Amino acid sequence: MVGRSVESTTGSVKNTVAVIDYGMGNLHSAAKALEHVAPNAQVIVTADPEKILSADRVVFPGVGAIRDCMGEIRRLGLDQVVNEAIKSKPFLAICVGLQSMMTRSEENDGVPCLDIFSGDVKFFGEQLKDTDGSILKVPHMGWNQVSQVQVGHPLWQGIEDNARFYFVHSYYISVANEKLIAGRTEYGFPFTSVVAQDNVFAVQFHPEKSQHSGLALLGNFMRWDGQS
Amino acid sequence: MGLAKRIIPCLDVDNGRVVKGVQFVDIRDAGDPVEVARRYDEEGADEITFLDITATHEGRATTVKTVEKMASEVFIPLTVGGGIRELEDIRRMLNAGADKIAINSAAVFNPEFVGEAAAKFGSQCIVVAIDAKRVSLPGQPPRWEIFTHGGRKPTGIDAVEWAKKMVSYGAGEILLTSMDRDGTKNGFDLDVTSAISEAVHVPIIASGGVGNLQHLADGVTKGKADAVLAASIFHFAEYTVQEAKIFMAAQGIEMRL
Repeated sequence: MVGRSVESTTGSVKNTVAVIDYGMGNLHSAAKALEHVAPNAQVIVTADPEKILSADRVVFPGVGAIRDCMGEIRRLGLDQVVNEAIKSKPFLAICVGLQSMMTRSEENDGVPCLDIFSGDVKFFGEQLKDTDGSILKVPHMGWNQVSQVQVGHPLWQGIEDNARFYFVHSYYISVANEKLIAGRTEYGFPFTSVVAQDNVFAVQFHPEKSQHSGLALLGNFMRWDGQS
Repeated sequence: MGLAKRIIPCLDVDNGRVVKGVQFVDIRDAGDPVEVARRYDEEGADEITFLDITATHEGRATTVKTVEKMASEVFIPLTVGGGIRELEDIRRMLNAGADKIAINSAAVFNPEFVGEAAAKFGSQCIVVAIDAKRVSLPGQPPRWEIFTHGGRKPTGIDAVEWAKKMVSYGAGEILLTSMDRDGTKNGFDLDVTSAISEAVHVPIIASGGVGNLQHLADGVTKGKADAVLAASIFHFAEYTVQEAKIFMAAQGIEMRL
């Protein structure tokens, strides 16, 4: 899987996308979904800084516990790579990828993160209740609606407002600068499920597991020039 | 507005073929799990559960290939269970494209395995499958025990206490099958479903006994399940997943339509 190469038959310049691999969980879903929406693109699953920085676009996925994720990101030097890649390329962060871009996470007794976006990652709690008083399970697992905030953003193209995406997480982000919010979701209370700034789009849900809406978003990303 | 309840068709797969029979009229190869999964995906299934009942080594290799193929064609969450005993089994299935792994007997024999798996791969991908059977006599307060070996071997473990323990070890979800109801078409055991759903904070998937659409709705409204799993009513094309979702939505249940 790592470094899979696709031979170019046309000789034209390939659209390459690097999926950052820091050894945590299942990156294959993301790679497979990207290959599905962009069959002519080259999808590279890699931790190699050079390959990440030379790709046309970058996907920063993630599952698992934040301390291990941040540990691996730093150990592999990927914190610097992410900081470099987000300066210019179309950049899509998914789930823990998004969480790791915040200032700090409450998970694992508190973990400092990359601080690309000011704000915290907080626990839903085990006593979460809906507005009608009913118990809400944690993790927040399943298909929930995303209310689009930066309406007209290229990555929302062709996706209905309040479309459902697949979520699985126990922690949610709270971003300091409200202008960065590109999507909100309700789970006991409204939380930020999408952040977008310039060439960066970051989602709490899993587009690679969100059937039509998720594939539409990934397709939009593969065509995106990074302008919002 | 909010989180939808999920419908999860379940495929029992032996050596690369769906067993229990599947009778879709317009599918070329009715026993091909990838085709079946694709069909359910088109009908709006919220997830797919793939239970590998293969016992042989060669069969396991086939399973990995099937999971790989399924994961490159169907972009909804995929849970794989059956015969998961070691961390290496989990890694293989995740690498093949599974999103969640169901652990059953191995958890009973070695509860620490669930803790190790959750620490290694994250709670979000660790589903503990519980096979529960009612052991109390009529008139007594209800009590359920965990059974292994397809419901044949009692363990003496209380099902509700077991669910709590598994969550404390890091299970991110519970797949609860009533051994009394499995295959009966008499509906879920709603008592054990609600007892466990109220005892733990993680989502519960109800399984075992679905014979009609009202059973699915009852699993959510009375059993307090977060997701409902069924095999035969969908395999034999008695109902489509889409019909089930519309039926449940009409009863006021939040669904992804």
